[in-house]
Amino acid sequence: MNFDRTKEKLEILADAAKYDVSCSSSGGKRKNNGGLGDSSASGICHTYTEDGRCVSLLKILLTNHCIYDCIYCVSRKSNDIKRAAFTVEEVVDLTISFYRRNYIEGLFLSSGIFKDADTTMERLVRVAKKLRTEHNFNGYIHLKSIPGASDDLMNEAALYADRLSVNLEIPTESGLKLLAPDKNREDMLQPMRIVQKGIQQYKDEKKIIRSTPKFAPAGQSTQMIVGATNENDLQIIKVADHFYKNYGMKRVYYSGYIPVTVDNRLPAITAEVPVLRENRLYQSDWLMRFYGFKADEILDFNMPFLDLEVDPKLSWALRHLDQFPVNLQTADYKMILRIPGIGVKTAQKIVSARKFQVLSIDHLKKLGAAVNRAKYFIDFTYGNPFLKHLTDLNLRKLILSGSQSKFQNQFSQQLTLF
Amino acid sequence: MTTLLYDGSFDGLFTAIFEVFEYRYQDVEIMNRENFQQKNMFAEVHEVVTQQEKSERVLNKLEKSIGKSGINDLLRVYLSEDNELEQLVLSVVRQSVKFPNDNVLKNFANDDILKISKICKSVSRERHRMTAFVRFKKMQDDVFFAKIDPDFNVLPLIRKHFKDRYADQKWMIYDLRRHYGLFYDLENCEFFYPDEKLDLNQYQEKFHDEEKKYQTLWQSYFTKTNIKERKNIKLHIQHVPKRYWKYLTEKH
Repeated sequence: MNFDRTKEKLEILADAAKYDVSCSSSGGKRKNNGGLGDSSASGICHTYTEDGRCVSLLKILLTNHCIYDCIYCVSRKSNDIKRAAFTVEEVVDLTISFYRRNYIEGLFLSSGIFKDADTTMERLVRVAKKLRTEHNFNGYIHLKSIPGASDDLMNEAALYADRLSVNLEIPTESGLKLLAPDKNREDMLQPMRIVQKGIQQYKDEKKIIRSTPKFAPAGQSTQMIVGATNENDLQIIKVADHFYKNYGMKRVYYSGYIPVTVDNRLPAITAEVPVLRENRLYQSDWLMRFYGFKADEILDFNMPFLDLEVDPKLSWALRHLDQFPVNLQTADYKMILRIPGIGVKTAQKIVSARKFQVLSIDHLKKLGAAVNRAKYFIDFTYGNPFLKHLTDLNLRKLILSGSQSKFQNQFSQQLTLF
Repeated sequence: MTTLLYDGSFDGLFTAIFEVFEYRYQDVEIMNRENFQQKNMFAEVHEVVTQQEKSERVLNKLEKSIGKSGINDLLRVYLSEDNELEQLVLSVVRQSVKFPNDNVLKNFANDDILKISKICKSVSRERHRMTAFVRFKKMQDDVFFAKIDPDFNVLPLIRKHFKDRYADQKWMIYDLRRHYGLFYDLENCEFFYPDEKLDLNQYQEKFHDEEKKYQTLWQSYFTKTNIKERKNIKLHIQHVPKRYWKYLTEKH
């Protein structure tokens, strides 16, 4: 290995891959049989970058040479940057050597499209195949599928990768046309359908033949850039909901647009990264996946943007005061989950502790609820003095005055815009 | 007041608990012999001799009401090295004698149980961090070596994790604070207790030839994968508290 050259390539190709926000390394279900690695456990974040994102996988591009010119992308053809390409062996060696030192859970491999979709995809598959078959590597592999890749290659990729993903890039089709004229939505959807079909087929066959080879055991995910075009949050959540329901997606990621180009089709290069909006989208995503909320409960046509001042669950509660107060001792788990300030773990603890005794507001605090919000929405068996505010027109203000958003100072500028 | 002195082992603790019931002590404290200095002249001291049979009788009985995961929680309390660990475990046993048909560990409204649930959370978090923040260095003899200094005694909790993961390389993890380690030699994975502290002053000289190169590659990866426009040091430190930094290759 030419160390200096590898280092230079790694710097270029890690730099180019960092805008992909997917980081999950869980759900692999791959047991070690005397070789290297095990991804049967839940994922592990091995370190965190200074921007606070977790690092669990070696996330790199195979190459940043690209025939496309999507204007939101640093690797676009017209961008004057240093180009590099890894060999298959180099990626394999880096993955194994990093894994052996416990730096990473595995590999996240993406690529610029250097010749055509299939040539690029074939090279990605070759890396995964080599890791699995020649090095007995059982760590996590996430391959970024290339839009337009053939069905055969997608099926082969799914034999070696734990997770496959195709980025939707832009939430709306019109936005995609504007910013990525060479790409089309259908090319992105076809590989997703193939993987989904394969996963279903695997599940069916597995019931009959136990030795059926694994097929993308950690499922598929996708990512959308938020704020590069003028889509609203309702559109974004609807798209996510559609992919969870119809494509069996494990995760949808939202990536606040980071200005990389001056172009009148894009937000100004000085625009701030919409971190708060992104955070609210993730909160909504969690409400759909873990709290039993439907997309159109979170937002509707009269209210197409998420409230930046309050989180989406509190926002829902404030619009549905008729559903409160919730009796902590008797309400069912689903409704307890809807109380602002109460998360999944606290809700579970409440349900098991109340069998032993009557719960008070002190218990609630100890069980980890954000009582400053929750106290206005709960009825304890012996009453609750804060309930008199429930019908107050200024309830929202009252709650906000009692809680400090971690974003308030950082994004004060954005808040005044809305 | 009776003070039961035990040898500090898990089985010793449960032998002591067995004897609390055997001798029908009411006002009682259980103490690790190492931490004992007689303060209370009038306290009666009871020396406990660890007997696995007695310990197992308590554990088996307990498992019926709090389950395997409950026993696991008590193991975590033991490994937390918390000042109150003996009192908390005894409290669970007493509660479970009182409510033999309930899993008393689910009663989060009870102060002792809540404390246990917090300790378990801390210990589990430290365990998880030790699966994440261990950094192996390849040595000249091809052993992958890592130093750790966890706040709680979590080495027994990560043995299986590393054993499952690194089956085809020799590795060693050494706890600097407690002076013992885990060693896997391609066949067995055992704890070892050196007579003297390992001398690690010049261990960098024993690195494998290629070790420094991969450290440098990892450091450049770490730097390059950061997005400057989204800098958030507060969040960074929240995820990677500073006390771990000296063991993290990427933070050098």
